[in-house]
Formats: sequence, C-alpha cells, structure tokens
Amino acid sequence: MNNSSLPMIFLLLAVAGLAFGIGVVAISRRKARAVPQIQRVAPVVTAVAAEVVAAAPLSVRDRLAKARSSLSGAVGSVLGRSDINDATWLELEEALLRADVGVRVAQSLLGALQTRVKAKEITTPAQLIDALRSNMSSQLVGTSRDLNFEANVGGPNIWLMVGVNGAGKTTSLGKIAAQQIALGRTVLMAAGDTFRAAAGEQLSTWAERSGAQIVRGAEGGDPSSVIFDGVQSAHSRNIDLVLADTAGRLQSNTNLMEELRKVRRVAEKGAGKVTEVLLVIDATTGQNGLQQARQFTEATQVTGVVLTKLDGSAKGGIVFAIETELGIPVKLVGLGETIDDLVLFNPTEFIDALFE
Amino acid sequence: MFDNLSDRLGGVFKRLRGKGRLTQADVDEVMGEIRTALLEADVNVGVVRNVVERIRVQAVGTQVSEALDPGQQIIKIVNAELIAMLGGETLKITYASHPPTVVLMAGLQGSGKTTSAAKLAAWFRSQGRNPLLVGADLQRPAAVEQLRVLGAQIGVPVFSIAGDPVATAAAGLAEAQRLGRDVLIVDTAGRLAIDAEMMQQVADISKVVSPHYTFLVVDAMTGQDAVTVAKAFDETLAISGVILSKLDGDARGGAALSVKEVIGKPIAFAATGEKIDAFEQFHPDRMASRILGMGDVLTLIEQAEKVFEKDQAEATAAKLMDGEFTLDDFLDQLQQLKKMGSLSSVMGMLPGLPKEAKDAQISDDMVKVTEAIIRSMTPEERRKPEIINGSRRTRIAKGSGTQVSDVNKLVKQFSEMQKMMKRLGGGSGGAGGKGKKGGGRGGLGAMFGGAPGGAPGDIDLAAALGSRLPPR
Repeated sequence: MNNSSLPMIFLLLAVAGLAFGIGVVAISRRKARAVPQIQRVAPVVTAVAAEVVAAAPLSVRDRLAKARSSLSGAVGSVLGRSDINDATWLELEEALLRADVGVRVAQSLLGALQTRVKAKEITTPAQLIDALRSNMSSQLVGTSRDLNFEANVGGPNIWLMVGVNGAGKTTSLGKIAAQQIALGRTVLMAAGDTFRAAAGEQLSTWAERSGAQIVRGAEGGDPSSVIFDGVQSAHSRNIDLVLADTAGRLQSNTNLMEELRKVRRVAEKGAGKVTEVLLVIDATTGQNGLQQARQFTEATQVTGVVLTKLDGSAKGGIVFAIETELGIPVKLVGLGETIDDLVLFNPTEFIDALFE
Repeated sequence: MFDNLSDRLGGVFKRLRGKGRLTQADVDEVMGEIRTALLEADVNVGVVRNVVERIRVQAVGTQVSEALDPGQQIIKIVNAELIAMLGGETLKITYASHPPTVVLMAGLQGSGKTTSAAKLAAWFRSQGRNPLLVGADLQRPAAVEQLRVLGAQIGVPVFSIAGDPVATAAAGLAEAQRLGRDVLIVDTAGRLAIDAEMMQQVADISKVVSPHYTFLVVDAMTGQDAVTVAKAFDETLAISGVILSKLDGDARGGAALSVKEVIGKPIAFAATGEKIDAFEQFHPDRMASRILGMGDVLTLIEQAEKVFEKDQAEATAAKLMDGEFTLDDFLDQLQQLKKMGSLSSVMGMLPGLPKEAKDAQISDDMVKVTEAIIRSMTPEERRKPEIINGSRRTRIAKGSGTQVSDVNKLVKQFSEMQKMMKRLGGGSGGAGGKGKKGGGRGGLGAMFGGAPGGAPGDIDLAAALGSRLPPR
C-alpha cells in the first residue's frame, strides 16, 4: 500500500468518470432513443465452388510442410539475394510477424542481428538466416519439457487443464490420458467443466476410448468440488494421476478467473498434489496469447503450455513470446486429431519449421 | 500492456513539436507507429501494409487544421479509415420465399460454431422466426449433445442422425420442411482450412442444403492466420458473412479487419459473452477504437448498464455533479465496478486516461484495501469525512489493517475529487447534451481532461482521446 498516491487518484477518477459518463448517457438516451440504422443490400447469392479435389488424408509430415510453406517463401527470397539490404530486413520481419511472434519479439530478434551486420560479423543472407535461427533456438533450449510426475506425494498427482474457450482443453486431456495409460499409469478424469453444455459427455467419450475412470458432477455445479471429489476418489482407489478439466474462460473475466484460482486451491485440499498446470493455447491465437499466459499464470501458476492445432496453417509463434518473455515452457504440441498426434514439443523442429 | 495509438503518436509528435516542416523521415516514423499499433492488434501484415499506405496518402493530402494538433488529426484519419474498412456493406437477412431459409455455419475447431449456432437460433427466434438446428458435427464427441442442451435452453428443436454429416444435413432440411420450420441452421464440425478432405465434406453439405447464408465463425483472438482461413473457406463455400466470436475478452480483434479486407464480406454478428443472448449485430465504429486500443466507451457503458441500475446510475451522477457524493456512494461504485471485470480491463476501455494511469498497475487488491478502509469507518464518517480526526484515523487504520497514512491519502484524495466534480458539474455546459454518443464521450473527455476549451465539433476524438489530466 506504499506505492505512491497516484494510483489511488486514478482509481477514484475511474469510478467517478464511469458514474458521470453513465449518468449522462442514460439521461440522453432517455431523451432520444436512437433509431437503428438499416442499410439495404442486395441479397447475397451463395454459389458452391466445387473445385476442391478429394484427396487422401494428409500425413502429419505433409500437414506440417503445408504449414511451413509461406515462411519458406520469405526465407527463399532473402537467400536469393546476394547481399543484405532493406528488403531483406522487411521480409524477415514480415515472416516473423506472419508467424505471430509479435512486433516486439520480431524487432528485438532482428535488432540484435542488425548490430552484427553493421559490425560486419554477418555478411551474407545465408549467415543471417543461420544466425537468426540459432538465436531463436538458444532462447528455447535448456528448459525441461517433461510432464512433471512426482512419486510419493501421498496421493495422486493432479494435472490441471486451463485455457480460453475452444482452445482444445478437453480433447488434449483425452489424449494425455490415453498416453499416460499407455505408459502404465492409472488415470482418473475429473470433469471440472460444468459450464459448457455436454462437456462432461465429451470427456466421458474420451474416458471410454482411453480406459480412464471418470468423476462427473452436475451441470452447472461447482467445479472445485467435482475436482476435489475426483482427487478423493482417485486416492481411495490408488490411482496415480488425476487429469482435471476446467471450463474455458476468457482471462479478462475476473469472476471466472477467481473461480479457477479456487479450483487450484481446493484440488490440493485432500490427498494429492497439483504437479502440472497446463495452459492450452490454440496455434491460431495472436498477440492475445501473451495476455492469456500472464493472467492464467497469475491465477493458477501455469507450469507448461500445450499448443494445439499446429497442423493447420497457423504457426503458433506466440508461444515463442510466451516462453521467452514469461518463462513458461511449451510442453506438448497438437498436430492432428488422433491420440498419437499430441507430441512432445521439440524447439529445434519448431524453429526449423519457421525457416525451412 | 500495449500502448495505444494515441500514446504512441503523442510520443512522436512531442519530439516533432516546434519543427517548422515535417520531413519524409518524420512522416515515416508516424506511419511506423500506426503500423506497430495495427500489428499488435493482430491485423494481418499484408493488410497493414495496404492500410498504412492509404493512410499516408490521406495524411499528406489533408489540410492542416489549426484547431487540432497533428496527432489528433492523424488519429482521426486512421479511425475513419478503419471504420470505413470494417463497415461499408452490411448484411441484411432476407428470408427465402420458399422456407426454410438455410444457414450454414463453418469455421476452425474451437472457433465457437456450436455456441454461435445456438445464439443465432435465439436471435432468429427474437425476430419472430421458428428455427430448426441441425447438428452435423459428428466429429467432436458430444457436439450434438451440446447443441441439444443449448437448443433445449432456448426452446429450439435440434435434429441430428448418427452416421454421415452430409446425410444428416440433407435429412435436416427435409425435417424442417416437414415441421414447417422457416429457418434451418446447420452446425458443422470444425475443420482446418488446409484439410482437403474435410473441406470437401463441408462443400458437400453446402451442396445438399443450398444455404442462403453461409457464416464463417472467427475467434476474435485469432492472429495472422485469420486471412488464410477466411480465404480458404470463402473459396470453398462462398461465405456471406462473418460471425466474430469471443469478443468479450481483451483481444484487440484485428482479425476482424483482416478478414473483412481480404474476403470483402461483411461482419454480420459479434458474440459478446457466455450467455445465449450475448449476440449482437456488429458495430464497425466500436471495433475501430478497440483495434487502436483507444477505448471502447460504448461497450463499457453497455457493460456498466448491465450491472448498474439505471436509475441508481443517474442518481449517482447527479450526486457527483452536485458534490453530494459520499464515501458510501463510492463504496457502492466500487462494488459495481468489480462486477464489470478486472480493473485493468475497465481502465483499458476508458479513453483519454493518461498513460501513467494505465501503467499504474491498479490491482484488484487496491480495491480491497480501499474497501477495507471505508468499511472501517462509521456511517457518519462516511458521510462527512472531514470529521475524521487523529484518533478516528488510528481506529480506522487499525480496523482495516492499514497505515494511518493510507487513511489520510484516501480521505484527502476523495475530497480533492469531490471538489473537482463540483466544479465540473456546476461550471461546464459544453460537455453534456450532445446526443447519445457525444454526450458520453464528451462527458468522459471533459472529465479526464478538464479541457473546457476543446473544439465542440470534434468532441468524439479530440476531447475524448487527445486530452490529458492536468499536471499535478
């Protein structure tokens, strides 16, 4: 509470401003109800373009190759030049930006290289690309990416899945369950997403597929108690690992983040320990991903990122910013729909994918 | 947090002030700031390039107005350009002369198709239509079940048969005709735009139901990939409009701009919350300010209106202007404010708030401390803080677990604010009464800027965005 008087003033102002603004608007709205603007447009005719050729299902390798194509275009063009000029920098920057690494990260990566080019340490485009690649790699290596399982914690290990709506928490949880069971561990799923309609059913399907046990609560019930029950029941049945699902939530929703904080707290009330909190991030996510990582970590002490849907055309570059700026390691990557498509994150492959 | 465009430009122009003529390099720097602001909002790189070029042309051709400083003029141009890009042709739903009017939902996994399908059904119901939902997402486990639960919530029947999505869609159409439902909404599985097989499947579904409208559901948090996805779906399905989902978060939502620019199809709806009725037609002007990070007052006010009682808000505003605002009222406001979300997101939506305020890291803990102090006061002290003397202060500090100096600070600042409010409420006639938008923005702008001399015609941007707190 010692941090200057400034913030308090702003707080007061914010409140006052709000009340004032709302009052004025409320009054003026009462005076004149705005007439909604309706514009006429020609009806849109939908024509089906049926030129898509049916193809055999693509392999993981093919899918990644497709995802990589746009960047390799930029890199190819950089390499095609004999020297390093303004266009080189612009192309590299745009390539990084297209991969969603963000303006700040892109500029700092390239800024470091510009100094070295000026100092004539780097003279050819090929050296430049190599240096960029190794700079990025060096920022990602050296972190442990193993899923953390601790023996002798006096109860089950608890892995909590968190993230925004639609990131792929439930699906990732199902796949992790199958993989852990294949490793010889016993797994219980706790269906903590009591909000989304039929989330419990979705998880049940995964439990059947993977052979995990499942504890479900009532729809609309308290997620903390469902997960607590799951941990208790896992403990009494001597189960190694509880995978706890949670409802998707936007990190800006304070109440829901508070609920999540409670989920994490209550999960450890019984016998058992939260040894992994996995933030699930969709590879299509842009700069908001950083904000997601910050807020979810603040609420639940995230220990790792699961990057889903990397088999699409999105590059998932925001996780580079998340790992380098916030120090949260990427642990798993989703490359497709099947159980085996959820793989351990390999930083070298990830960066190579940006430059191939 | 990201800097907003007005802060960025403010910094540049501060350095340029006093320069008689702007050089090419100066202009480049300004354009660079605009570019960064757009990129940080996730607008696609290629789209940014085009937009910045258009803005440059306009900026150069603009007559220099004495009333506005150059930063404000540039912001006006950028804002207008974004609104023009986002707006333009709007989507008006016309109903088929031979019902049902068929609507097809498509998009990536997790973009929000199923929820949006239900929300859209509820919207059609509110328009007096009788929709039927078809669950043709047979891929994701329990997707149809999810649709059924949502359908039951809104009283819209849901049709689905196990097996083949194309056959389900065809049977759904027949079912709608049989039941006499006049709108058919087909939910499909999420798919990657580069998955040829799955794209063929959705094309087949489209072929059998011949939709009148095909909506692409796009997550507001999507990054650069939004254009690739939109292009691919548009080529396969001829998209008629976009539904922007998860707009209630704090993403800037630049994807909206990218998609609109690349496929040229209107953004028809925006999903703004978890509740089924949190679904509305799209407002280009709000989206423009949001992308630029320059506050989204209208959304803020709507959000506030949801949690604040209207009459109460008016009463509070009146009290505030009359200088009768007490610490009790303040406590009350704090409670309401908490319901609206995290303080930082609320502050983020307020335009014209100085950078220092946004950087000040107003944590929700601070609200707690403030609350504790006020709650440790007697009712009389809350009404008349001036009676708080030394011993009262010590008691309050003890009761709230704070320092005496904290209590002092709060009381002092509160009385300063009261004075300021009184002055504003009594003196300025220029802020209020400008109609819906102007009133709100002018009010807030004047509030924070204390700039009664601002050009009245330009209150929208000049007063609300360019103003600063008086130095203290």
